[in-house]
Amino acid sequence: MTTKNKPTKQKLTSILDSYERDKGMLVAILQDVQAEYNYLPKESLAQISEGLDIPMTQVYSVATFFKAFSLKPRGRHIINVCLGTACHVRGAGRVLDEVGRQLDIKPGETTEDSRFTMETVNCVGACALGPIVVIDGKYSGQMKTDKVKTLLESYD
Amino acid sequence: MAKQSNNRLSSPQELEALRASIIKSRDAQKPCITVCGGTGCHSFGSEGVTDAFKQEIKRQKLGDKIDIKVTGCHGFCEKGPVVVIKPKNIFYQQVKAEDIPEIVSETVVKGKIIDRLLYTDPATGKKITYEHEVPFYKEQKRLVFGSNGLIDPNVIEDYLAIGGYAALAKALAMKPEAVIAEVKKAGLRGRGGGGFPTATKWETCRDAEGDTRYIICNCDEGDPGAFMDRSLMEGNPHSVLEGMVIGAYAIGGHEGYIYVRNEYPLAVKNAQIAIEQAEKLGLLGKNILGSGFDFSVKISRGGGAFVCGESTALMASLEGKVGEPRAKYVHTSEKGLWEQPTNLNNVETWANVPLIIKNGADWYGKIGVQGSQGTKIFSLVGKINNTGLIEVPMGVALKDIIYGIGGGIPDGKKFKAVQTGGPSGGCIPESLLDLPVDFDELNKAGSMMGSGGMIIMDENTCMVDIAKYFVNFLEGESCGKCLPCREGLKRMSQILTDITEGKGREGDIELLERLSATLIDTSLCALGSTAPNPVLTTLRYFRDEYEAHIKDKRCPAGVCKALVTYSIDEEKCPGCGLCVKACPSEAITDMGKKKPVVLDQEKCIKCGACYDVCKLGAVVRK
Repeated sequence: MTTKNKPTKQKLTSILDSYERDKGMLVAILQDVQAEYNYLPKESLAQISEGLDIPMTQVYSVATFFKAFSLKPRGRHIINVCLGTACHVRGAGRVLDEVGRQLDIKPGETTEDSRFTMETVNCVGACALGPIVVIDGKYSGQMKTDKVKTLLESYD
Repeated sequence: MAKQSNNRLSSPQELEALRASIIKSRDAQKPCITVCGGTGCHSFGSEGVTDAFKQEIKRQKLGDKIDIKVTGCHGFCEKGPVVVIKPKNIFYQQVKAEDIPEIVSETVVKGKIIDRLLYTDPATGKKITYEHEVPFYKEQKRLVFGSNGLIDPNVIEDYLAIGGYAALAKALAMKPEAVIAEVKKAGLRGRGGGGFPTATKWETCRDAEGDTRYIICNCDEGDPGAFMDRSLMEGNPHSVLEGMVIGAYAIGGHEGYIYVRNEYPLAVKNAQIAIEQAEKLGLLGKNILGSGFDFSVKISRGGGAFVCGESTALMASLEGKVGEPRAKYVHTSEKGLWEQPTNLNNVETWANVPLIIKNGADWYGKIGVQGSQGTKIFSLVGKINNTGLIEVPMGVALKDIIYGIGGGIPDGKKFKAVQTGGPSGGCIPESLLDLPVDFDELNKAGSMMGSGGMIIMDENTCMVDIAKYFVNFLEGESCGKCLPCREGLKRMSQILTDITEGKGREGDIELLERLSATLIDTSLCALGSTAPNPVLTTLRYFRDEYEAHIKDKRCPAGVCKALVTYSIDEEKCPGCGLCVKACPSEAITDMGKKKPVVLDQEKCIKCGACYDVCKLGAVVRK
């Protein structure tokens, strides 16, 4: 998740080609681009529009419709606080507040030093461990407000 | 591992020959350590446990005497990591890496049971040795989900060894219409939400005019609190694939998609591996088992939008468009993906199909109740002792699930409600605990089966807050295409937020009811028309809680921040200072040893950090 690669034409071409420039694979293509750069750079959207021969408006509408995509650069570490129902009844809201307080950001924002981006997710399907915080894909279950600080400190 | 698995099978006979050789090459009595690799156990550290087993087996040079297998989810997530040692099925729970050398030398080699790793039945205090004797499993009927614990999802031979793809071979020898008739007779209804009769959908799609027919598996499990589709796709992807191929044959489709949430990376990976393996063996692709029937499957990853669980939105997303639903004057089974007849079923529905074909509709029809045949997998989560995935015959009473399998409510708290059906469902109160769980009874109670989330709430859950939670969730997930849903949910959210912040007014409840009626009548798709259910059911069963918020400015459950205050019980507080350190706003002052701390209400931001750290109950929330 720490990729800070500069968008290159070749990389995008190879992603587009891997889906045979199939218009139906737009969501998958955007996912791959985001996996590469951590967000969707503006120039990549333009190139996708050109490469798939679809209007930029369609690329933009899909990129802004789905929750998984970000048009802004994100931090080195992505924090996902699960707000699924099971986590909610076990106090996920207070965990989210605490993460936000520790980092002084709101959901969707990135810390000034680009260390963390805090996002929320509607359920990661590991309800037995709720409340759950996922950082860079690693699950930390049974979170409590007093465990948040230590958890965040283990990431540079 | 059987080597033959690389050759394409060109007849049912070759499939049976391969199966026989796999079974023959395996010694059923050979000790096999199975470690649950489901998401729950994985998060509890099952990977470290597996590595430790591998190292220990190597160290003790037992490589050819003991097998080790990482399986899909066993369901009992609460007690992870779960280890089951076969052939006896010795059940160890909450296993740590440091336990491994002892397990290998004592249990696997000498057959001795390690007491401390056994599960203790909280009801009787008795230790339980074998998996099938654990009450959590004993009360279940795990037809669909049970195989998860027997197989490595990435090894197709494991699936073949337990009879996999035999149903496909049987179906290919039948007429497509006969396959549909069998599924119809079995009474299979869709497990994804609406409970629509599966065979009727198949029939419509088969009879519809079109150049081609598409078959889709919906694994975009968006209901918060539900993870059965994830665990099936991760733990037994071949059962889903087999169901899809049978369905495709019955309908006459040659191209299929598995639409899976991108938040489920392991499900994506295991489904992909399963597809490649099935193709290699000729169980998928061209001329399946020499029958002349072709069917291929592609995976498509969703972008994280709840509305994409709706069939027309899902198909729009598959076409690379925004996931907006359309009006269903014409059903997707007639005109769906790329304007062609399309059949969509969810993961669990597909996984039921091989069972019906293999064992027959008569056998299947005897499970469950009339109108809701078969079993259903539920995710039993929230304030419940035994959290996890369970599978029961439909018609079982709610209380048997909650107090029998689930083991009741933790910490001696009182049960308040169970929420079923996700954001489209509703909350069922204690007075209805005898309710049999099937499609129709849940609808009558104002809720629905949905995909099978069952979230248990105790006395510390605020029902107005829950209604607000779902409305906020749906407001965020509303695609915005139709006005009633887009604007209606926004207004409902505002009203509910006001109520929870102590700004509720006389007449708010009636306004919520009016808005709800409008949404039900005028929304374009099911997201909007079912969105009021959480509000209406909480109003129906917990109206007094709404009134307490509005009239008395009080949150009886102590959840709504603006309506609660924290204070220190001086009698109970020993002045340990834990809360002082935990408080982020320096609202609590240490008054010295053995003196109770002092909380400054002015500075308190009501975050609850002190309440969480205090184990003595000295922080009071009212």
